[in-house]
Amino acid sequence: MLDAITTFVDELRVAGLPVSLTEAIDATEALRHVELVDRAVFKEALAATLVKRREHRPAFDTVFDVWFSARRPLDAGLVGTEEALADDDGREVGDEELVTMLEQALETGDAALLRTVARSAVARFAGLEPGRALGSAYHLHRALRHLDAEGALARLLGASGDDGIGGLGPDGVIHHSSGLDRRLRADEYRANLERLQAEVEAEVRRRLVADRGADAVVRSVRRPLPEDVDFMHATGEEMVALRRTLQPLARRLAVRMARRRRHRHRGPLDFRSTVRHSLSYGGVPAEPRFRHRRPSKPELMVVADVSGSVAAFARFTLQFVHALSGQFSRVRSFVFVDGVDEVTRLFEGADDLAEAVRRVNTEADVIWADGHSDYGHALGDFLVRWGTEITARTTVVVLGDARNNYHPSEEWVLGAVSSRARHLWWLNPEPRSYWDTGDSIVSEYASHCDGVFECRNLRQLSRFVEHIG
Amino acid sequence: MGERFASTDAVRAGLGSVDYLTDQATAAVVFLADRLDKPVLVEGPAGTGKTELAKSVAAMSGSRLIRLQCYEGLDEAKALYEWNYRKQLLRIQAQAVSDAGGGSRGWGDLEGDIFSEEFLLARPLLEAIRSDEPTVLLVDEVDRVEVETEALLLEVLSDWQVSVPELGTVRATRIPLVFLTSNNTRDLSEALKRRCLYLHLDYPDPEREREIVLARVAGITEHLADQVARVVRTIRQMELGKPPSVSETLDWARTLLLLGAESIDAETAASTLHVLLKQRSDIAKAARELRAAATG
Repeated sequence: MLDAITTFVDELRVAGLPVSLTEAIDATEALRHVELVDRAVFKEALAATLVKRREHRPAFDTVFDVWFSARRPLDAGLVGTEEALADDDGREVGDEELVTMLEQALETGDAALLRTVARSAVARFAGLEPGRALGSAYHLHRALRHLDAEGALARLLGASGDDGIGGLGPDGVIHHSSGLDRRLRADEYRANLERLQAEVEAEVRRRLVADRGADAVVRSVRRPLPEDVDFMHATGEEMVALRRTLQPLARRLAVRMARRRRHRHRGPLDFRSTVRHSLSYGGVPAEPRFRHRRPSKPELMVVADVSGSVAAFARFTLQFVHALSGQFSRVRSFVFVDGVDEVTRLFEGADDLAEAVRRVNTEADVIWADGHSDYGHALGDFLVRWGTEITARTTVVVLGDARNNYHPSEEWVLGAVSSRARHLWWLNPEPRSYWDTGDSIVSEYASHCDGVFECRNLRQLSRFVEHIG
Repeated sequence: MGERFASTDAVRAGLGSVDYLTDQATAAVVFLADRLDKPVLVEGPAGTGKTELAKSVAAMSGSRLIRLQCYEGLDEAKALYEWNYRKQLLRIQAQAVSDAGGGSRGWGDLEGDIFSEEFLLARPLLEAIRSDEPTVLLVDEVDRVEVETEALLLEVLSDWQVSVPELGTVRATRIPLVFLTSNNTRDLSEALKRRCLYLHLDYPDPEREREIVLARVAGITEHLADQVARVVRTIRQMELGKPPSVSETLDWARTLLLLGAESIDAETAASTLHVLLKQRSDIAKAARELRAAATG
C-alpha cells in the first residue's frame, strides 16, 4: 500500500504537481481512516491531501485513473473487474441496439447506461489490439467517430423539435414543448454527451492499462498543466481552457498589485492623527500614524504583432492586459503586421473582451504592403503617429517574435521610444533557444529595451505583468 | 484524533438533516478533517455554500461556531488576543489613588495584576483554542488577509496553541474543527495550503440543485424546482462575467413563487433575470439568448 502511494506521488510530481513530503505523509495517514473498497472516497481522500489547486485536479484525475485502475485489491467489487468486462463483451449488442441505447443514454443521462454504451463502443470500434503501440488519443477518436454520438445528439434535438414532446406539467399532463424547453434539453443532452466522452476516455485508458501496464500508459496520457501550456502550440481545446483561467487570474493579479502598491511606501508621520489617537492612551503617543502616499499607476501601451505565427499569443495577451486595465491609469493597444493601427477603442466600453479581440481581427488596419511582418516599418510608423504621446509615465510593451522577414530592422526607432518612455519591455513568445535564429533579430532590438522576456505560457506572462504593475 | 463522525455517509446524512445537501467529496473531506485534526481550506466561486458548510457542520454536530471574518489589515489584536488597555489604565490609576491614601504595593504586584486573565480580551482564534465545548472555527475569506497575518494562522492551525508572552502558552484542550474559506482573490501561501485539506466547492449539478431548492424554498412544487435548476444550468453555460450562485438560485425560486408562476417560460425567465444576475451586460446577454431560444 505504502509502495503504491509513494510511486503514485512520484508520478504526480512528474506530471508537474508540487506535492511535498508532508502532504504525502498526510495522504497515507488519511487512508487509514477510509474504507479502501470505496473508490470514490479513496480518491477524494488522496485529492484532498495531495492537490491544493483547482487547476491541478484534472491532471490528478488522469494519473489516478491510470494508476489505480490496474491495482486489483483496491478495485475489488467495483467497476472494472475482469468479470464485469467479460459480461459486457459476452453479450452481443447489435448495431441498432447500440444506437437506441446511445440515444436513450443521452436523453436520460443514466450513469449505468452511459457506461455500458461507452464500454461496447470501445470494444467494437476503438481498434485496440494487444501490443499495438498507439496513443490513447487515437483510440478515443476512433471510438467516438464510429459511435457517431454527435449524430445521435442532432437526431434527438431534431425529434424533440418536431413532434413536440414537452415536459411533464405539475398536473402530470404532458405539456406542449416550448422553445425554452428545447434549449434546456439541448444543454442537458450536451452535458450527457460530455459525460459519455469522459466514460469512453476512461474505458480506453483502462483497457490500455490492462494491456501495457500503468507505467507505459501514464506517459502517453501526460498533458501539460494549464499554466504551462505553450501559447504558440496550444490546441483549440487548450486555448479555451486558457481563456477560462484568464478572468480569475486577472482578478487575482489585480488584487495583489493593488495591495502591494498600497503597502510599498509608508508616508511621513501624520502628526494630527497621531495626537488624536494618543488621547485614548492618556496623551502618550503609543500609536504613531502615517500618511499614505497617493499611488501612481503606470500608463501602459501594448504594441502587438498579430501576424499569423504569433497571433494567438498577441490576442491572448491583449485580452489579459485589458482585463487588468483597472490597475493602470490607461491601457492603449496597438496591433501591427507591416502597418500599425490603434485598437484601444475596440476594448474601451466593450462588455465582452473576447468579442473585442475578435473585432481586432476584422477591423484593425494593419496591412501596409504585403501582409508579412515588417517590424522596422511598423515600429517606425508607430513612432511617427503616436510617438509624441509617449511620456515619462508610459510603459511600452512590445509583443512579438522579431521575425522580420529580412526587412531592415530600423532598431533606432526603439531607441527613440525608449528615451521617451519610462520603461520599454519586449515579450517574445518563442523559446529562448530560437532567438536570433533565421530571420529573428530580437537581440538587435533588445539593446534598446529595458528587458526582453521569454513569454511562452501563462506562468511567465503573469509573472511579467505583476513585475511591471 | 477526533471521533465526531462515524463515517462519510454519516456526515452526509447529518448535513442533509440540517438541509445542507452535499456530495460525497465534501462529506469525505469533512470526515477526514475530523479524523486527522486538520483544517479544511474551502475554495470555490462566490455563493456555492462555503460559509454555509461550516455553519451546517456546527449545527449538525451540536458544536459552538466561532467565526473570524478576515479583512485587509486584520492583525494579531483582532484575531488572537488583546490586552484591555483602558481597563489596565484605570487599574493603574486606582492603584495610584489608593497609594496616595496610605496603602502601598510594589510594581511587581501591580504588573502581575494587570497582565492577568481579567484584562485579556480573547479574540476568535484564542477563544476557539481555549474552548472546552466542541467547537467549529470558521475563518472566513482568508484570502483577504496579508501574507504576514497568514503566518499567525499557521502556528495556531498546526500546533493548536497560542503563545501569550505574559501568560505563557495556551494549548487546545479540545481541537476545534476548522474551516478556512477563500474566494481565490490571491494565492494563499504554500505553507498554509500544505497544512490544510483542500476542498473545491463548485456549482452543484441540476439534480442536486433541484433538491436544494426543494429543501430550502418552502412551498415550491417539484415541477417548478426542476425547471429552476435546469434554467440555471443553461444560464451558467453561457459565458457570463458572474454566473448565478446557489443563493441567487434560491432567491430566484422564491421570487417565482411569490409571482405565482407555475412553470417558467422564456418571458418570465427573462423578466426576472435581475434576481439571478447582477451585471448589466450579463443580464442583457442571458435575456437575449433565452428569448432567441423561445422564438427560434
